[in-house]
Amino acid sequence: MAELDTSGGGKHKGGKVRSKKASTRVDLTAMVDLAFLLITFFMFTTTLNKPKAMNLAMPDNSVPQSNLPVAETRTMTILLGSHNKIEWYMGLPGKSAPTVDGYGPNGLRKALIENAKQVESTHAAPDNYMIVLIKPSDKSTYENLVATLDEMSITGVKSYAIVKILPIEVEALKSQGNY
Amino acid sequence: MPRVKVARKSTAIDMTAMCDVAFLLLTFFILTAKPKVEDPSKAEVPPSSKEVTIPEDNVLMISIGKGGKIFLGFSGNDVRTEALKTMGEKYGTSFTPAELNKFANTEIFGVPMKQMKQFLNTPSDQMKNFAQDGIPADTTINNELSQWILTARQADRALHGKDFSVAIKGDRLQEYPSVNTVLSVLGHQKLFKYDLITTLRAAPKK
Repeated sequence: MAELDTSGGGKHKGGKVRSKKASTRVDLTAMVDLAFLLITFFMFTTTLNKPKAMNLAMPDNSVPQSNLPVAETRTMTILLGSHNKIEWYMGLPGKSAPTVDGYGPNGLRKALIENAKQVESTHAAPDNYMIVLIKPSDKSTYENLVATLDEMSITGVKSYAIVKILPIEVEALKSQGNY
Repeated sequence: MPRVKVARKSTAIDMTAMCDVAFLLLTFFILTAKPKVEDPSKAEVPPSSKEVTIPEDNVLMISIGKGGKIFLGFSGNDVRTEALKTMGEKYGTSFTPAELNKFANTEIFGVPMKQMKQFLNTPSDQMKNFAQDGIPADTTINNELSQWILTARQADRALHGKDFSVAIKGDRLQEYPSVNTVLSVLGHQKLFKYDLITTLRAAPKK
Protein backbone atom coordinates (compact mmCIF):
# COMPACT_ATOMS: atom_id res chain seq x y z
CA MET A 1 0.00 0.00 0.00
CA ALA A 2 0.96 3.56 0.53
CA GLU A 3 1.98 4.19 -2.98
CA LEU A 4 -0.02 4.46 -6.09
CA ASP A 5 0.30 1.60 -8.44
CA THR A 6 2.16 2.90 -11.41
CA SER A 7 3.14 -0.32 -13.09
CA GLY A 8 2.29 0.35 -16.63
CA GLY A 9 -0.68 -1.13 -18.24
CA GLY A 10 -0.93 -2.04 -21.82
CA LYS A 11 1.40 -4.87 -22.66
CA HIS A 12 -1.58 -6.92 -23.53
CA LYS A 13 -1.05 -8.55 -26.77
CA GLY A 14 -4.35 -9.03 -28.34
CA GLY A 15 -7.33 -9.94 -26.26
CA LYS A 16 -9.42 -7.41 -24.46
CA VAL A 17 -8.00 -4.15 -23.23
CA ARG A 18 -8.87 -4.03 -19.59
CA SER A 19 -9.14 -0.73 -17.85
CA LYS A 20 -6.50 -0.63 -15.18
CA LYS A 21 -7.85 -0.44 -11.63
CA ALA A 22 -5.98 2.25 -9.76
CA SER A 23 -5.37 1.68 -6.08
CA THR A 24 -7.47 3.93 -3.84
CA ARG A 25 -4.88 3.93 -1.11
CA VAL A 26 -3.14 7.16 -0.31
CA ASP A 27 -0.04 7.66 1.74
CA LEU A 28 -1.29 8.83 5.11
CA THR A 29 2.07 9.19 6.84
CA ALA A 30 2.41 12.91 6.33
CA MET A 31 -1.16 13.55 7.40
CA VAL A 32 -0.74 11.55 10.59
CA ASP A 33 2.50 13.37 11.30
CA LEU A 34 0.75 16.69 11.00
CA ALA A 35 -2.21 15.57 13.08
CA PHE A 36 0.00 14.44 15.93
CA LEU A 37 2.03 17.61 15.77
CA LEU A 38 -1.14 19.65 16.17
CA ILE A 39 -2.41 17.40 18.95
CA THR A 40 0.83 17.92 20.83
CA PHE A 41 0.54 21.67 20.37
CA PHE A 42 -3.03 21.84 21.65
CA MET A 43 -2.31 19.50 24.51
CA PHE A 44 0.50 21.70 25.76
CA THR A 45 -1.38 24.93 25.34
CA THR A 46 -4.52 23.86 27.20
CA THR A 47 -4.25 24.80 30.82
CA LEU A 48 -4.72 21.56 32.62
CA ASN A 49 -4.45 22.92 36.12
CA LYS A 50 -7.21 25.42 36.64
CA PRO A 51 -6.58 28.05 39.29
CA LYS A 52 -7.29 26.81 42.77
CA ALA A 53 -8.91 28.95 45.35
CA MET A 54 -9.55 29.06 49.06
CA ASN A 55 -12.80 30.28 50.47
CA LEU A 56 -12.93 33.18 52.82
CA ALA A 57 -16.00 34.40 54.59
CA MET A 58 -15.90 37.72 56.41
CA PRO A 59 -18.39 38.62 59.12
CA ASP A 60 -21.19 40.97 58.15
CA ASN A 61 -20.18 44.16 59.91
CA SER A 62 -23.09 46.27 58.68
CA VAL A 63 -25.56 45.01 61.26
CA PRO A 64 -24.85 45.43 64.94
CA GLN A 65 -24.69 42.00 66.45
CA SER A 66 -25.18 40.83 69.96
CA ASN A 67 -21.82 40.22 71.46
CA LEU A 68 -21.63 36.74 72.80
CA PRO A 69 -19.62 36.46 75.95
CA VAL A 70 -16.60 34.36 75.17
CA ALA A 71 -14.03 33.31 77.69
CA GLU A 72 -10.85 35.22 77.00
CA THR A 73 -8.81 32.13 77.72
CA ARG A 74 -10.29 30.54 74.63
CA THR A 75 -9.10 33.17 72.20
CA MET A 76 -5.78 33.09 70.50
CA THR A 77 -4.68 36.25 68.70
CA ILE A 78 -2.20 36.08 65.87
CA LEU A 79 -0.47 39.28 64.85
CA LEU A 80 1.04 39.22 61.40
CA GLY A 81 4.18 41.33 61.38
CA SER A 82 6.81 42.17 58.83
CA HIS A 83 9.66 39.94 57.59
CA ASN A 84 7.40 36.84 57.66
CA LYS A 85 7.17 36.86 61.43
CA ILE A 86 4.12 36.38 63.58
CA GLU A 87 3.39 37.03 67.23
CA TRP A 88 0.67 35.25 69.09
CA TYR A 89 -0.81 35.35 72.53
CA MET A 90 -3.73 33.87 74.40
CA GLY A 91 -6.40 36.02 76.03
CA LEU A 92 -6.42 39.79 76.26
CA PRO A 93 -3.74 42.01 74.71
CA GLY A 94 -1.04 43.43 76.94
CA LYS A 95 -1.45 40.86 79.70
CA SER A 96 1.19 38.45 78.54
CA ALA A 97 4.08 39.06 76.21
CA PRO A 98 3.36 37.70 72.76
CA THR A 99 5.41 34.80 71.48
CA VAL A 100 7.37 35.49 68.33
CA ASP A 101 7.06 32.70 65.82
CA GLY A 102 7.43 31.94 62.14
CA TYR A 103 5.13 30.37 59.61
CA GLY A 104 5.24 26.72 58.77
CA PRO A 105 4.97 23.35 60.44
CA ASN A 106 7.26 24.12 63.39
CA GLY A 107 6.03 27.65 64.01
CA LEU A 108 2.42 28.64 63.69
CA ARG A 109 1.04 25.15 63.08
CA LYS A 110 2.65 23.72 66.18
CA ALA A 111 1.42 26.64 68.28
CA LEU A 112 -2.11 26.27 66.92
CA ILE A 113 -2.28 22.56 67.63
CA GLU A 114 -0.85 22.92 71.12
CA ASN A 115 -3.11 25.82 72.05
CA ALA A 116 -6.18 24.07 70.66
CA LYS A 117 -5.38 21.02 72.79
CA GLN A 118 -4.89 23.13 75.85
CA VAL A 119 -8.15 25.03 75.35
CA GLU A 120 -9.98 21.79 74.77
CA SER A 121 -8.71 20.26 77.99
CA THR A 122 -9.38 23.28 80.19
CA HIS A 123 -12.92 24.12 79.07
CA ALA A 124 -16.17 22.18 79.23
CA ALA A 125 -17.79 20.83 76.08
CA PRO A 126 -19.41 21.94 73.78
CA ASP A 127 -17.80 25.36 74.10
CA ASN A 128 -14.28 24.12 74.23
CA TYR A 129 -13.02 24.99 70.78
CA MET A 130 -10.43 27.65 70.28
CA ILE A 131 -11.30 30.98 68.68
CA VAL A 132 -8.56 32.53 66.58
CA LEU A 133 -8.31 36.20 65.75
CA ILE A 134 -6.07 37.02 62.82
CA LYS A 135 -4.78 40.56 62.90
CA PRO A 136 -2.70 41.50 59.90
CA SER A 137 -0.56 44.57 60.43
CA ASP A 138 0.11 47.04 57.63
CA LYS A 139 3.54 45.55 57.15
CA SER A 140 2.38 42.00 56.55
CA THR A 141 1.94 40.69 53.03
CA TYR A 142 -0.95 39.02 51.27
CA GLU A 143 1.02 35.80 51.25
CA ASN A 144 1.22 35.92 55.05
CA LEU A 145 -2.55 36.23 55.27
CA VAL A 146 -3.13 33.35 52.89
CA ALA A 147 -0.56 31.22 54.72
CA THR A 148 -2.30 31.92 58.04
CA LEU A 149 -5.73 31.08 56.60
CA ASP A 150 -4.23 27.94 55.15
CA GLU A 151 -2.92 26.93 58.59
CA MET A 152 -6.47 27.38 59.93
CA SER A 153 -7.77 24.81 57.49
CA ILE A 154 -4.82 22.47 58.04
CA THR A 155 -5.17 22.47 61.81
CA GLY A 156 -8.97 22.43 61.59
CA VAL A 157 -9.64 25.56 63.61
CA LYS A 158 -13.42 25.89 63.62
CA SER A 159 -13.77 29.52 64.42
CA TYR A 160 -11.53 32.28 63.13
CA ALA A 161 -11.87 35.81 61.88
CA ILE A 162 -9.78 38.56 60.34
CA VAL A 163 -9.88 41.52 62.69
CA LYS A 164 -8.43 45.00 62.54
CA ILE A 165 -5.23 45.35 64.49
CA LEU A 166 -5.23 47.49 67.66
CA PRO A 167 -2.66 50.23 68.29
CA ILE A 168 -1.45 48.44 71.42
CA GLU A 169 -0.71 45.38 69.29
CA VAL A 170 1.17 47.44 66.73
CA GLU A 171 3.28 48.67 69.64
CA ALA A 172 3.93 45.09 70.69
CA LEU A 173 5.08 44.25 67.19
CA LYS A 174 7.26 47.35 67.08
CA SER A 175 8.93 46.60 70.40
CA GLN A 176 10.03 43.20 69.12
CA GLY A 177 11.19 44.59 65.80
CA ASN A 178 8.51 43.00 63.67
CA TYR A 179 6.86 46.08 62.27
CA MET B 1 21.56 -25.32 -5.44
CA PRO B 2 18.66 -23.04 -5.84
CA ARG B 3 18.43 -20.22 -3.44
CA VAL B 4 15.44 -20.03 -1.15
CA LYS B 5 13.91 -16.69 -1.75
CA VAL B 6 12.41 -14.96 1.26
CA ALA B 7 9.29 -13.16 0.31
CA ARG B 8 9.73 -9.46 0.96
CA LYS B 9 6.98 -7.97 3.05
CA SER B 10 5.91 -4.43 2.63
CA THR B 11 6.90 -2.21 5.56
CA ALA B 12 3.94 0.08 5.04
CA ILE B 13 1.18 -0.18 7.62
CA ASP B 14 -2.43 0.75 7.27
CA MET B 15 -2.65 4.10 8.94
CA THR B 16 -6.33 4.81 8.44
CA ALA B 17 -7.32 3.95 12.01
CA MET B 18 -4.45 5.87 13.51
CA CYS B 19 -5.30 8.85 11.38
CA ASP B 20 -8.92 8.67 12.53
CA VAL B 21 -7.95 8.64 16.18
CA ALA B 22 -5.43 11.42 15.73
CA PHE B 23 -7.96 13.70 14.13
CA LEU B 24 -10.60 12.86 16.70
CA LEU B 25 -8.22 13.90 19.46
CA LEU B 26 -7.18 16.94 17.51
CA THR B 27 -10.80 18.06 17.14
CA PHE B 28 -11.35 17.55 20.86
CA PHE B 29 -8.34 19.63 21.84
CA ILE B 30 -9.16 22.39 19.38
CA LEU B 31 -12.72 22.67 20.63
CA THR B 32 -11.79 22.64 24.30
CA ALA B 33 -8.89 25.07 23.89
CA LYS B 34 -9.45 28.44 25.45
CA PRO B 35 -7.22 31.36 24.62
CA LYS B 36 -5.24 32.33 27.64
CA VAL B 37 -5.97 35.81 28.84
CA GLU B 38 -2.93 37.83 29.68
CA ASP B 39 -3.30 39.27 33.13
CA PRO B 40 -2.08 42.86 33.10
CA SER B 41 -1.80 42.91 36.89
CA LYS B 42 1.02 40.32 36.74
CA ALA B 43 0.07 39.18 40.21
CA GLU B 44 2.08 36.27 41.51
CA VAL B 45 -0.34 34.27 43.59
CA PRO B 46 0.63 32.72 46.92
CA PRO B 47 0.47 28.97 47.48
CA SER B 48 -2.04 27.18 49.68
CA SER B 49 -3.07 23.58 50.23
CA LYS B 50 -6.75 24.09 49.39
CA GLU B 51 -8.13 22.35 46.36
CA VAL B 52 -11.32 24.23 45.66
CA THR B 53 -11.61 25.14 41.99
CA ILE B 54 -13.16 28.45 41.14
CA PRO B 55 -16.24 28.41 38.93
CA GLU B 56 -15.67 28.71 35.19
CA ASP B 57 -18.09 31.47 34.42
CA ASN B 58 -20.02 34.18 36.20
CA VAL B 59 -16.99 35.30 38.14
CA LEU B 60 -16.03 38.78 39.16
CA MET B 61 -12.31 38.83 39.72
CA ILE B 62 -10.38 41.53 41.45
CA SER B 63 -6.64 41.41 40.95
CA ILE B 64 -4.26 43.27 43.18
CA GLY B 65 -1.05 43.66 41.27
CA LYS B 66 2.36 44.98 42.14
CA GLY B 67 2.24 48.41 43.71
CA GLY B 68 -1.33 47.87 44.88
CA LYS B 69 -2.84 48.51 41.45
CA ILE B 70 -6.34 47.14 41.28
CA PHE B 71 -7.63 45.38 38.19
CA LEU B 72 -11.12 44.13 37.55
CA GLY B 73 -12.48 41.45 35.31
CA PHE B 74 -15.95 40.02 35.05
CA SER B 75 -17.47 37.47 32.73
CA GLY B 76 -20.06 38.09 30.03
CA ASN B 77 -19.51 40.27 26.96
CA ASP B 78 -23.04 41.68 27.22
CA VAL B 79 -22.56 42.42 30.90
CA ARG B 80 -19.37 44.32 30.14
CA THR B 81 -21.06 46.40 27.44
CA GLU B 82 -23.95 47.23 29.73
CA ALA B 83 -21.66 48.05 32.65
CA LEU B 84 -19.53 50.41 30.60
CA LYS B 85 -22.61 52.22 29.33
CA THR B 86 -23.88 52.76 32.86
CA MET B 87 -20.43 53.77 34.10
CA GLY B 88 -20.16 56.25 31.23
CA GLU B 89 -23.41 57.84 32.31
CA LYS B 90 -22.26 58.06 35.91
CA TYR B 91 -18.94 59.64 35.04
CA GLY B 92 -20.17 61.83 32.18
CA THR B 93 -18.49 60.09 29.27
CA SER B 94 -20.26 58.53 26.33
CA PHE B 95 -18.74 55.69 24.40
CA THR B 96 -19.03 54.88 20.73
CA PRO B 97 -20.27 51.42 19.66
CA ALA B 98 -16.72 50.58 18.58
CA GLU B 99 -15.42 51.44 22.04
CA LEU B 100 -18.17 49.44 23.70
CA ASN B 101 -17.31 46.50 21.49
CA LYS B 102 -13.65 46.80 22.35
CA PHE B 103 -14.47 46.86 26.04
CA ALA B 104 -16.75 43.82 25.68
CA ASN B 105 -13.72 41.88 24.48
CA THR B 106 -11.43 43.12 27.22
CA GLU B 107 -11.35 40.40 29.83
CA ILE B 108 -9.54 42.36 32.50
CA PHE B 109 -8.79 46.04 32.84
CA GLY B 110 -7.32 48.46 35.31
CA VAL B 111 -7.70 52.04 34.17
CA PRO B 112 -9.46 54.96 35.83
CA MET B 113 -12.57 56.24 34.05
CA LYS B 114 -10.62 59.33 32.95
CA GLN B 115 -8.29 57.15 30.90
CA MET B 116 -10.89 54.69 29.71
CA LYS B 117 -11.47 56.36 26.33
CA GLN B 118 -7.77 56.56 25.65
CA PHE B 119 -7.35 52.94 26.72
CA LEU B 120 -10.11 51.71 24.44
CA ASN B 121 -8.75 53.64 21.47
CA THR B 122 -5.34 52.06 21.78
CA PRO B 123 -4.75 49.63 18.89
CA SER B 124 -4.89 45.98 19.94
CA ASP B 125 -1.22 45.36 19.26
CA GLN B 126 -0.18 48.19 21.56
CA MET B 127 -2.63 47.22 24.31
CA LYS B 128 0.08 45.23 26.06
CA ASN B 129 2.30 48.27 26.43
CA PHE B 130 -0.45 50.53 27.73
CA ALA B 131 0.49 51.39 31.28
CA GLN B 132 -2.62 50.64 33.30
CA ASP B 133 -2.69 52.59 36.52
CA GLY B 134 -5.24 50.48 38.32
CA ILE B 135 -8.77 51.38 39.29
CA PRO B 136 -8.87 54.05 42.00
CA ALA B 137 -10.16 52.71 45.28
CA ASP B 138 -10.21 53.66 48.92
CA THR B 139 -12.08 52.56 52.01
CA THR B 140 -14.93 55.02 51.59
CA ILE B 141 -18.35 53.89 50.44
CA ASN B 142 -18.22 55.66 47.10
CA ASN B 143 -15.21 55.19 44.87
CA GLU B 144 -14.57 54.05 41.34
CA LEU B 145 -13.92 50.42 42.19
CA SER B 146 -17.10 50.09 44.21
CA GLN B 147 -19.06 51.78 41.41
CA TRP B 148 -17.65 49.30 38.92
CA ILE B 149 -18.48 46.32 41.07
CA LEU B 150 -21.96 47.61 41.76
CA THR B 151 -22.65 48.37 38.09
CA ALA B 152 -21.33 45.00 36.98
CA ARG B 153 -23.46 43.18 39.53
CA GLN B 154 -26.56 45.12 38.54
CA ALA B 155 -25.93 44.41 34.85
CA ASP B 156 -25.44 40.70 35.53
CA ARG B 157 -28.63 40.61 37.57
CA ALA B 158 -30.62 42.43 34.88
CA LEU B 159 -29.29 40.44 31.93
CA HIS B 160 -28.84 36.96 33.33
CA GLY B 161 -30.56 37.01 36.70
CA LYS B 162 -27.42 35.62 38.31
CA ASP B 163 -25.07 36.79 41.00
CA PHE B 164 -21.35 36.93 40.50
CA SER B 165 -19.09 34.87 42.68
CA VAL B 166 -16.25 37.06 43.82
CA ALA B 167 -12.66 35.98 43.40
CA ILE B 168 -9.65 37.87 44.69
CA LYS B 169 -6.25 37.41 43.17
CA GLY B 170 -3.46 39.11 45.00
CA ASP B 171 0.24 39.42 44.50
CA ARG B 172 1.99 37.46 47.22
CA LEU B 173 4.27 40.27 48.30
CA GLN B 174 1.61 42.94 48.32
CA GLU B 175 1.24 44.52 51.73
CA TYR B 176 -2.00 44.14 53.63
CA PRO B 177 -3.50 47.68 53.38
CA SER B 178 -4.35 47.27 49.68
CA VAL B 179 -5.99 43.92 50.41
CA ASN B 180 -7.89 45.60 53.22
CA THR B 181 -9.12 48.29 50.80
CA VAL B 182 -10.59 45.69 48.47
CA LEU B 183 -12.14 43.76 51.35
CA SER B 184 -13.77 46.88 52.76
CA VAL B 185 -15.10 47.92 49.33
CA LEU B 186 -16.70 44.50 49.03
CA GLY B 187 -17.87 44.65 52.62
CA HIS B 188 -19.74 47.90 51.96
CA GLN B 189 -21.69 46.07 49.26
CA LYS B 190 -22.48 43.24 51.63
CA LEU B 191 -20.31 40.78 49.81
CA PHE B 192 -18.71 38.64 52.44
CA LYS B 193 -17.78 35.43 50.69
CA TYR B 194 -14.74 35.35 48.48
CA ASP B 195 -12.50 32.90 46.72
CA LEU B 196 -8.87 33.72 47.19
CA ILE B 197 -7.00 32.46 44.16
CA THR B 198 -3.91 30.50 45.07
CA THR B 199 -1.60 27.99 43.51
CA LEU B 200 -1.69 24.48 44.79
CA ARG B 201 0.87 23.29 47.29
CA ALA B 202 0.88 19.68 48.39
CA ALA B 203 -1.16 19.31 51.54
CA PRO B 204 1.07 18.51 54.50
CA LYS B 205 0.55 15.42 56.56
CA LYS B 206 -0.93 16.12 59.91
